[in-house]
Amino acid sequence: MSDDRTPLRLFWAEFRENKIGLVALVVVVVTILLALFASIISPQDPYDLAKLSLMDSRRPPGFIGSSGYTHLLGTDPQGRDLLSAIFYGLRISIQIGLAAGFVSLTIGTALGITAAYVGGRIEALIMRLIDLQLSFPAILLALVIVALLGQGKVQLISALVAAQYAYFARTAYGAAKAERGKDYIEAALATPLSGRLVVMRHLLPNCMPPLIVVATVQIANSISLEATLSFLGLGLPVTEPSLGMLIANGFPYMMSGRYWISVYPGISLIILIVAINVVGDQVRDQFNPRLRK
Amino acid sequence: MTEPVLSVKNLTTHFFTRAGVVKAVDGVSFDLAKGEIMGLVGESGSGKTVTGFSMLGLVDAPGRIVKGSVRLNGTELTTLSDNELRSRRGREISMIFQDPISTLNPMLTIGQQMKLAIDAHESVSVRASATRAADLLTKVGISSAKARLRAYPHEFSGGMRQRVAIAIALLHRPAVIVADEPTTALDVSIQAQILFQMRDLARETGTAMIWISHDLAVVSSLASRLAVMYAGRIVEEGRTATLLRDPRHPYTAGLIASLPAAGKPGTPLNQIPGTTPSLLSLPPGCPFAPRCGRFTLRCEAEPKMTLQDSRGWRCFHPVGRLADAPV
Repeated sequence: MSDDRTPLRLFWAEFRENKIGLVALVVVVVTILLALFASIISPQDPYDLAKLSLMDSRRPPGFIGSSGYTHLLGTDPQGRDLLSAIFYGLRISIQIGLAAGFVSLTIGTALGITAAYVGGRIEALIMRLIDLQLSFPAILLALVIVALLGQGKVQLISALVAAQYAYFARTAYGAAKAERGKDYIEAALATPLSGRLVVMRHLLPNCMPPLIVVATVQIANSISLEATLSFLGLGLPVTEPSLGMLIANGFPYMMSGRYWISVYPGISLIILIVAINVVGDQVRDQFNPRLRK
Repeated sequence: MTEPVLSVKNLTTHFFTRAGVVKAVDGVSFDLAKGEIMGLVGESGSGKTVTGFSMLGLVDAPGRIVKGSVRLNGTELTTLSDNELRSRRGREISMIFQDPISTLNPMLTIGQQMKLAIDAHESVSVRASATRAADLLTKVGISSAKARLRAYPHEFSGGMRQRVAIAIALLHRPAVIVADEPTTALDVSIQAQILFQMRDLARETGTAMIWISHDLAVVSSLASRLAVMYAGRIVEEGRTATLLRDPRHPYTAGLIASLPAAGKPGTPLNQIPGTTPSLLSLPPGCPFAPRCGRFTLRCEAEPKMTLQDSRGWRCFHPVGRLADAPV
C-alpha cells in the first residue's frame, strides 16, 4: 500500500488541487525558463554595447528600431530592447536570489542545528548573536556590506546572505530544538551511532519542512532586496542591469510620459515575487498539520 | 536463587536544581533474575522513571547518580564511560519509552530505522538485517512484516508503533528491557494484547523485564514480582500474588483499595488522601507519614526495610496479619 503513495506524490497530488498555487508554480517555472534561455529567445544581446544604438533610446513599445525588429516593450535610455533586458535581468535576479537563498539556507541551518544540538554556551552565543543581528533591518545591513565590499555578484550575494541567514538559523534552531527532545533522538544518542550520523539521518531531515518554506519566502525576499540595492545604485555594474537597475534607469523619465522603461521591469519583478510567495504559501499550508483536512 | 541478571544496590539519583537538591531516587535496591518480569509501580513523581533512566545511565544534567551500584551480568554500569555504556545500551539492556509517537523517526521507514538500530552494534548485510527485522515484527504481532518494513511511521497506528518500538528493543536480544509505561498511551484492548505478547516474549527469549507503570492492575497481570515506589524509595516489594493479597505497607494497601475492582459497585472509589510530597524538601522520617492513617510518633524516624519470607516493606506499623512487625 505504501508503494504508489510516496510522500512526494501525495504532496504533488495535494498541491495540484489548489488552482492559484498551480498557476503561480507555472509562472515561476516559465520565468525560470525565460531566464535560462534568455540568450536564445531575446531579440537582442543587451550586454553587447556594440549592438546598441543611442538613436533607438527611450522609444515606446512597438517601435521598429535601427536593427529592423520591433521593440515590443520599447527601449531604455541606453537604447536597449526592454524585453531582452528584462529576460537578462530576470536571469541575474533569479541567479542571485537562488544563490543567496541556498547559501543562507546552508549557513543558517548549520548554525541553528549546531546551536540546538550542542546546547549550553555555544547555543547561547549563537542564538544571542542572531537575535542581535535580527534587531537591525536587513536592508541596512546589506547596504553597509555592499558599501564595504564594493560592487559585483559575489559581493552582492555575500551581502544578501549576511542579511538573511539569521532567519534560517532561527527556523532551524526552533525545529531542531523541538526534535532534539523527542525520544528517537535520545534513543539514537544512547547507541554507539556517531553524533554526525544522528544529525544527518535523524535531526536534519526532520527539520527540513519549515526550512523549505522559509527558503521559498527568502528567495523572493533576496530578489526584492537585490532589486532594492540595485535601484539605489549599489547592486551590479551598469553594464549588467538587473531588474532593479532597469527600474532605476527609467525612473527619471516616469514623469515625462516614458512610463515603459520603469513599469515593465517593475511588473515582471512583481509577478515573479508574488508567484514565488504564492507557491511558498501553498507549500507552507501543506506542511502545516493544523490546516490539514 | 541463581545469580541475578541485574542487581541494583542502594541506587541514589539526585537532581541538583537551583531550588535545591531533588532526591528523585533515594537508595533503591532490587535483583532481577533471568527472564523475570518485575513491576515497578508508584504515583507520578515517585521516581520510577528516573530509576529506569539511571539503570541505563540516561540521566541528564542537572541529575546525577550520587551513589549505589547497577550490575548487569556482573558488570558495574555506573562507573562505565559514556562510550562503554553506549556499546551496551540496546545490546545488553534496552528501554522502551512511553510515547510511541515520538520514539520513531518520521522521516525514515520502519526498515531503515531497524537497520540503523542493528548497525549500531553489529555489521550485518542488508538482506540479513531485513530478515531479522521482519522476523521480530512478526513476533510482536505485525502481519505482512516484510511489506511493512517499507512503511513510514505515520502509516502505523499508535499500538503498531509501540510494537515496532518493542521489536527494536528486542533486536539484540538484550538481557534486560526497561519498559517505561509502554502501554499507557494505548487503548485498553491493545494494551492487553501487547501485555500478553510481552510475557510470552520474555519467556521465549529469556529477557528479563522491568515494567514501570502507575497502573497496578496492568502490572499485576504481567509481573511475577512487584516493587512499590514512594518518594524515591521502594516501600514494599514481594511476589505479585502475595503483595496483592496481603499488603504490608499502608501505601500499597491504599493503592490496592483504590482499584475499582476492590470496591462495591455504586460506592465511591477509595482514595489515598493528600498528594505526593515534594522531593525537594522531604521531612525526616517516613515520607508517607503525612498521608498515613497509621501514623504514630515513631514514624518521625525513617523505617528500615523489614525483610521476611522473600518480601520486604518499610513501615513500623504494617497492615495485615502481623499486627506488629519485628523491629
